[in-house]
Amino acid sequence: MDSATSETRPAAETRTPLGASADNGLKIVVVGGFGAGKTTMVRSVSEIRPLNTEETMTQAGEAVDDISGVRGKTATTVAFDFGRITLDSRNVLYLFGAPGQERFWFLWDRLFSGTLGAVVLVDTRRIDDSWYAIDRLEKHGTPFIVACNDFGGPTFTPQQIREALDLDPHVPLVNCDARSRESSKIVLITLVEHIRSLYADPARASRQELV
Amino acid sequence: MSRPGRDDAPDRLYTLTGGRSRSGPDNPFDLVTLVVAECDPVPGMQSEHTAILRLTERPTAVVEIAAELKLPVSITRILLSDLLAAGRVSARHPRKAAVPDPDILEQVLVGLRNL
Repeated sequence: MDSATSETRPAAETRTPLGASADNGLKIVVVGGFGAGKTTMVRSVSEIRPLNTEETMTQAGEAVDDISGVRGKTATTVAFDFGRITLDSRNVLYLFGAPGQERFWFLWDRLFSGTLGAVVLVDTRRIDDSWYAIDRLEKHGTPFIVACNDFGGPTFTPQQIREALDLDPHVPLVNCDARSRESSKIVLITLVEHIRSLYADPARASRQELV
Repeated sequence: MSRPGRDDAPDRLYTLTGGRSRSGPDNPFDLVTLVVAECDPVPGMQSEHTAILRLTERPTAVVEIAAELKLPVSITRILLSDLLAAGRVSARHPRKAAVPDPDILEQVLVGLRNL
């Protein structure tokens, strides 16, 4: 399995600008453990080469006035990749690849409030890596689906994976190959259809509301 | 590989923003707010402001600006709010709602299927 990493592009002239009428940015987050294929999936569907940036947050207090006081504070820094899909003349979808580890969730609201939903990308050789992400998404009330990236490892039945992840029966579970544009596209479509059905059903929407 | 901010002396980041280290809760810029320049850079302008005005000749998301400038998102937000206050950029914020607009979801689906 190829592993993609984000790249820092040297020259501004390689940028692909958006159309002048673009006015609505949308977010979908791909969450997964290290090596689960997040960047690969983002790259498969993105119209730009995945870019990388980071966010830092000081956990306690303000470091504004007293730089020497920074020492005592806990700074959380997370790096994340993203790509872009122009949907039409106005809507632009940004796809974020985000690490599922614990410290990342301190920044979830700050970075991903208003996100349409999330794809939990699972490496079936390391199913346990996804546990925490699923738990956090449920707590945040963010709609999500689970996509198992095919690494050619042992195959499990959907039921085995559902049980291993203790997955709610209404959460869609799909197999995918993150290297494939078509396969990654189907994952995203599955997520958005799931979101649509959630909000079309008020009983469920009340359980899973956007943050 | 250089990651934005991480390898810079913290002093540089503080200097960029006049000592402010984080954007306040009232900072309007979302990661995907699309920023558009309303004027050309002028001589003497802070170099980051010049870079932002060049980048945003066409609509550009906050997160893309941060990545291109190799700056943390929080620092980028502060720079953008200064430019916004000075009328040098305009901001197209995402249409946020407690529940996503069914029309928008439909447009997303159409766009994805056409990929």
